[in-house]
Amino acid sequence: MLKTRIIPCLLFNGFCLVKTIQFGRERTLGNPIQFARVYNSRNVDELIFIDITASQEKRDPVFHLIADIFNECFMPLAVGGGIHTMEHVDRLMRIGADKIIINSEAINNPAFITKIAGKYGSQSVVIAIDVKYDHNEHFVFYNRAEKNTGLKVVDWARQIEALGAGEIFLNSIDKDGTMRGYDLELIKKVVQAVSLPVIACGGAGTIQHVVDAVQKGKADAVSLASLFHFTGETPNRVKEALDRSGVPVRLVTN
Amino acid sequence: MRIVIIDYKMGNIASVSKAFASIGVPAVVSGEPKDIERATHLVLPGVGAFGDGMENLRKQGLIPLLRRKVLEDKTPFFGICLGMQLLAQTGTEFGEYEGLGWVRGSVIKLRGDKNLRLPHIGWNNISVNHQDVLFRNIVDDNFYFVHSYHIDCADAAVVSAMCTYGQTFAAALHQGNIFATQFHPEKSQAGGLRVLRNFLEQK
Repeated sequence: MLKTRIIPCLLFNGFCLVKTIQFGRERTLGNPIQFARVYNSRNVDELIFIDITASQEKRDPVFHLIADIFNECFMPLAVGGGIHTMEHVDRLMRIGADKIIINSEAINNPAFITKIAGKYGSQSVVIAIDVKYDHNEHFVFYNRAEKNTGLKVVDWARQIEALGAGEIFLNSIDKDGTMRGYDLELIKKVVQAVSLPVIACGGAGTIQHVVDAVQKGKADAVSLASLFHFTGETPNRVKEALDRSGVPVRLVTN
Repeated sequence: MRIVIIDYKMGNIASVSKAFASIGVPAVVSGEPKDIERATHLVLPGVGAFGDGMENLRKQGLIPLLRRKVLEDKTPFFGICLGMQLLAQTGTEFGEYEGLGWVRGSVIKLRGDKNLRLPHIGWNNISVNHQDVLFRNIVDDNFYFVHSYHIDCADAAVVSAMCTYGQTFAAALHQGNIFATQFHPEKSQAGGLRVLRNFLEQK
């Protein structure tokens, strides 16, 4: 049976690893390579690395750092942030990225999704969707939650599925870093709208929050950061709890 | 031992190369006929579409050489993901394409009920059909899959492991000197590295 994935999320600000709150205030965490090493030793299911400031600062992805992170990882690695050209994609795939996470470029140039899917297959294109609840509706935002696209999340999710995306990395801007639980309505809505796997992110503060995202939200995978950074919980403890709740997970014995 | 990972511009080469290095057997990454000629073990990785994969192999002029090395010289061969699918006679992703045809069968899309989410991404457990050399000493039966298509083998005897997602499909095959997995051993941590080691150590 396919296992529900628990995916630690590493956010990089061009200098070091950070954790944001509602895409704003950053708390410094340290060196991303060390974190990658720890997660690798814990045999996590997958890892997500996002350079959160690259697009805004018009920087290229930090290829050398991503290569170093990749060298620490024997699990699948998804890389996002600042990816705007096919050259960026080619270089990241060469380095060893398994999946490319696209956000603003998908909004500005939706054909980019189809182009990457055509060359590397749908499974390598993950679309990050940053969502904010506003006027009784979930809208897609970009540029670090500053700009509202005016797109409703369900419409955008369907659109990117049709364009060839392979997976959705669904972020709740409202819940990010708050540790008060996932936006379950948002997750449910997107999961029902598409037949792509949906990775839910934003808001996990307790293990029960993660269980809820899977059991109530029906997320295919769950990504989280604060719970691992700021509490004593580990990916395996989360999976043990999911297992007790009857969710299929891959339990790792180290 | 001279392992050559065939570079045919279909991605995912770095991970495979790193996996072999980590088990202490460095591999050469090359799309050059002279390197492939000298290989004692051939690995065909690959991520992407079936038609592109065949087209790239053809453009690089590798198909007759690979056919001789694998089918006549019986060089141990390992296909991963798309590299497994290309072994089939035909592929049906984005149109119908001719495959290498070394294994009888065709590549078709995974089927299930209407709620089946595709691609099939993540860790799934396999059941090994018989004590296949590739799966010797495997402790964890979970491996990492990323795909929407699978080989529908005409000859069930070559299927060495099965997986279920929507339907039951071939997760691995073994036909003489030809081995292949639909999952990614290079992404499956300790269990995956064990599979690669078993491939190298098989007699």
